[in-house]
Amino acid sequence: MSLIKEQDYGTPARPGEATVSVEIDGKTVLVPEGTSVMRAAAEAGIDIPKLCATDSLEPFGSCRLCLVDIDGRKGSPASCTTPCTPGMKVRTQTPKLAELRRGVMELYISDHPLDCLTCPTNGDCELQDMAGVVGLREVRYGFDGENHLDLPTDSSNPYFDYDASKCIACSRCVRACDEVQGTFALTLEGRGFATKIAAGAGGSFMESDCVSCGACVQACPTATLQERSVVELGMPTRSVLTTCAYCGVGCSFKAELRGDEVVRMVPYKDGKANEGHSCVKGRFAFGYASHPDRQLKPLMRERITDPWREVEWAEAVDYVGRRMLEIQAHHGGGAIGGITSSRCTNEEVYAVQKMVRAAFGNNNVDTCARVCHSPTGYGLKQTYGTSAGTQDFKSVEKADVILVIGANPTDAHPVFASRIKRRLRQGAKLIVADPRKIDLVRSPHIEAQHHLRLMPGTNVALINAMAHVVVTEGLVDREFVAERCEDFAEWERFIAGPEHSPEAVEEITGVPAAEVRAATRLYAGARNATIMYGLGVTEHSQGSTMVMGMANLAMATGNIGREGVGVNPLRGQNNVQGSCDMGSFPHELPGYRHVSDDAVRSVFETLWGRTLQSEPGLRIPNMFDAAIDGSFRALFVQGEDIVQSDPNTKHVTAALSAMDLVVVQDLFLNETSKYAHVFLPGTSFLEKDGTFTNAERRINRVRPVMAPKTGKHEWQIVCEIAQAMGYPMKYDNSAQIMDEIAMTTPTFSGVSFAKLDQVGSVQWPCNDNAPEGTPIMHINEFVRGKGRFVETVYVPTQERSTRKFPLILTTGRILSQYNVGAQTRRTGNTAWHPEDLLEMHPHDAEVRGVRDGDTVSLVSRVGETSLRVKIDDRMPVGVVYTTFHHPVTGANVVTTEHSDWATNCPEYKVTAVEVALKNPAPAQTVPAMAE
Amino acid sequence: MTSTHTPPHIRLANEIAAQFQQRDPAAASREIADHIRTFWDPRMRSKLIADAGRTGSGLDPLAVAAAALLPRPTGT
Ligand code: SF4
Ligand code: SF4
Ligand code: SF4
Ligand code: FES
Repeated sequence: MSLIKEQDYGTPARPGEATVSVEIDGKTVLVPEGTSVMRAAAEAGIDIPKLCATDSLEPFGSCRLCLVDIDGRKGSPASCTTPCTPGMKVRTQTPKLAELRRGVMELYISDHPLDCLTCPTNGDCELQDMAGVVGLREVRYGFDGENHLDLPTDSSNPYFDYDASKCIACSRCVRACDEVQGTFALTLEGRGFATKIAAGAGGSFMESDCVSCGACVQACPTATLQERSVVELGMPTRSVLTTCAYCGVGCSFKAELRGDEVVRMVPYKDGKANEGHSCVKGRFAFGYASHPDRQLKPLMRERITDPWREVEWAEAVDYVGRRMLEIQAHHGGGAIGGITSSRCTNEEVYAVQKMVRAAFGNNNVDTCARVCHSPTGYGLKQTYGTSAGTQDFKSVEKADVILVIGANPTDAHPVFASRIKRRLRQGAKLIVADPRKIDLVRSPHIEAQHHLRLMPGTNVALINAMAHVVVTEGLVDREFVAERCEDFAEWERFIAGPEHSPEAVEEITGVPAAEVRAATRLYAGARNATIMYGLGVTEHSQGSTMVMGMANLAMATGNIGREGVGVNPLRGQNNVQGSCDMGSFPHELPGYRHVSDDAVRSVFETLWGRTLQSEPGLRIPNMFDAAIDGSFRALFVQGEDIVQSDPNTKHVTAALSAMDLVVVQDLFLNETSKYAHVFLPGTSFLEKDGTFTNAERRINRVRPVMAPKTGKHEWQIVCEIAQAMGYPMKYDNSAQIMDEIAMTTPTFSGVSFAKLDQVGSVQWPCNDNAPEGTPIMHINEFVRGKGRFVETVYVPTQERSTRKFPLILTTGRILSQYNVGAQTRRTGNTAWHPEDLLEMHPHDAEVRGVRDGDTVSLVSRVGETSLRVKIDDRMPVGVVYTTFHHPVTGANVVTTEHSDWATNCPEYKVTAVEVALKNPAPAQTVPAMAE
Repeated sequence: MTSTHTPPHIRLANEIAAQFQQRDPAAASREIADHIRTFWDPRMRSKLIADAGRTGSGLDPLAVAAAALLPRPTGT
């Protein structure tokens, strides 16, 4: 593939029917109302020269290069800021326009370094292009006048430079930061000739609010803002379209390469999840794929205390197959199992669950989604009939009220957060329910109408109080409920009980009753209200109850089944949705169908040629328990560092140490591989060939930009293990795996690689009823028929603060790092988060004599760790917070075995702890930490 | 209060039972049994059934009632 360049129409598309007819250079074009002359011309195949306009941004009209003549109008208006009117006649090329444009270009070039031939973006610079387009041959002013040529370069960002000498003050970067990213980090400083770009209060990019999303770099028409990798490696020569492997937004990217080397990742404009935007992880943090730490050859050892021995693939695979069979022979068929990873492709996950079900002959397969979004699966299935979010991301553009619960989108789902912020700037209202004052609560041009600052662990009490207000204040959408739902009357009686009133639960949640009432009225009174939620909902002992509570609230107010509404899980890892869809739960075959369903099992039995078990298998926590009691002895772990990411580390390592065989398939040796007997090197997303499914059920292609560095695809290794166990399992390529998924799973029956190549992406269900996929679910009826109201009792967690452990610890993630950090820690992103910090309220710190930057011990009843403190009034009193990106912190050393009652999703969000001063910070580090 | 030393199947069964306390006991035990049949591996169900018959197991009465409704898994 050559370098892909999307067409730039100059100004954004306008919604609506194309009803306005204009004539441009003799060609007639029909466009929607509000479309600029520039865009209409581009749609007619006529490119008008431009510099300050680009179609991701609203027009600004500063460069005056895009002038046109319009019949009946005086002067030559800028085509980017002039909307089409019916019957308009436009000329884009006249001798007078050519002269005007040359004059404009001459001024720009006179103040621009003339080092085009040695400039890193030579050939990819709009200024250079435009000089050619307008036929500029010489500059009459000379180059000796006042200029900016000696301005310094800002290289503070690890990934891009700002070379002020090349800036043409077009303000595309400023507008990209405002309009696309919503961070407002940049300003145009000075006037006229002295105009230049400033980050923050005139400091460097790193000192400013910049979050390194790359939108400004993308928008810059010159080499002023430039990826450093382009400077170092040269301009890329070809592109491969693929999907980011970090978070559940699932952004589409062009991997731009020179030879086989990735020069940069550029967000793809036609990617439906991101529409050309990106965050620092997907845009820049791909270097881990070629990090020298990567283990590329299989490793083996008899005992976990032995040193590793590098072996050939055949030896490793045969050993795993043989040992698995031996262990089953000694300890029974159910003594072995596997864990799939949400970081792997659908095809890789499908292969693992097939190996477990067909070759291992049991249902002991679970996924790391167990520890994040399993309550979503349970809760949405009980109420709506399927385990998935109801909307596409685009739907938020129609939302009038956005209720964000237990999610921190600006850090964990940044590109979607930018869409949310854009909608909020357009006037939608925001309600945030979170113990922490997350960035969304108050950021440039955004302020939440209500921040319901509840105590961790009291979500259900809060959502019940909101539902109580809905039913007792006459806010129920009776028509919707009568037509579309069932079990409402019982639920209404339950929720109307006085114990659910905001006043009654105020003491539990800590949220003032009047605030709950006002927020509920806002939500219920909106034309379209949508709920977005994250792990702050699911990772609780009542996670599933809370998911059902939100589902109830949305149904009771009729906020389901159209654009702008719904209940939407923001998935953590890139393929959480997909790994769940692919049958990696121990009770469900692909497509969320229970293993006890004879008809479904027979589909797979016929195809796979094996009898399948009809009883559910072990979940991850059950596997650990069974390992400790001796009935579970061997585990295949696909791409997940369970020791670092699962709760109560001591319990996990005890379980792994008790097993006869632990096989880890991963990119890097990690905490889990310390307990492994076999290490099978995995592939990075740049080598994978398959699909990821994002949080909006969108199936995106992951295309390889290089062959597997390990010599094998992960699914191939899985097939070979199955073969070594005597089960014939073989595919020629991953497209065949998707074909098998489509053949066996009705919601995927219309999906194939060919289809994805043709249409870009589809959202499941994609089948004969919906050949192009399903952006919004439950439109005329719920997947289960009627939406079901479920009574959601608030049962407090057993994890309570006590005199010994008076604080509540809650955990989360930050923008620049990703999960256990195995990838991001091996990139320049460490510039932003070199260590995990413990955030605590000034009051809690003061009473413990702790100051900013001090090292403290963090103790729960199961373990202890130490880390440095960041004092922050974002935290409520009594609650401390940390991330789990670095293994040295071992945040999960302190988290407990408590879990969601329905799914065993661990309660990461509530651990009773105490904090004590360990080492005061050296005096000089205090100011640096205190920003 | 259950603690780390409570066997997992008892802790988990009690956590499920806690969600159904306000319901009519007959319906609650049916729902708990359904839930356990749908999600629990047979070896855990066997342990639960075995412990439900013991006095002093620490099991919530609703969980005991639910266990009585569970068929004994085969092959474990
Ligand atoms: S990288 Fe993103 S956040 Fe930083 S200045 Fe550019 S647009 Fe703004
Ligand atoms: S840095 Fe680039 S985008 Fe920003 S004003 Fe200068 S030339 Fe325009
Ligand atoms: S990490 Fe998420 S938001 Fe960032 S680029 Fe990747 S998919 Fe997009
Ligand atoms: S492109 Fe229209 S004024 Fe710059």
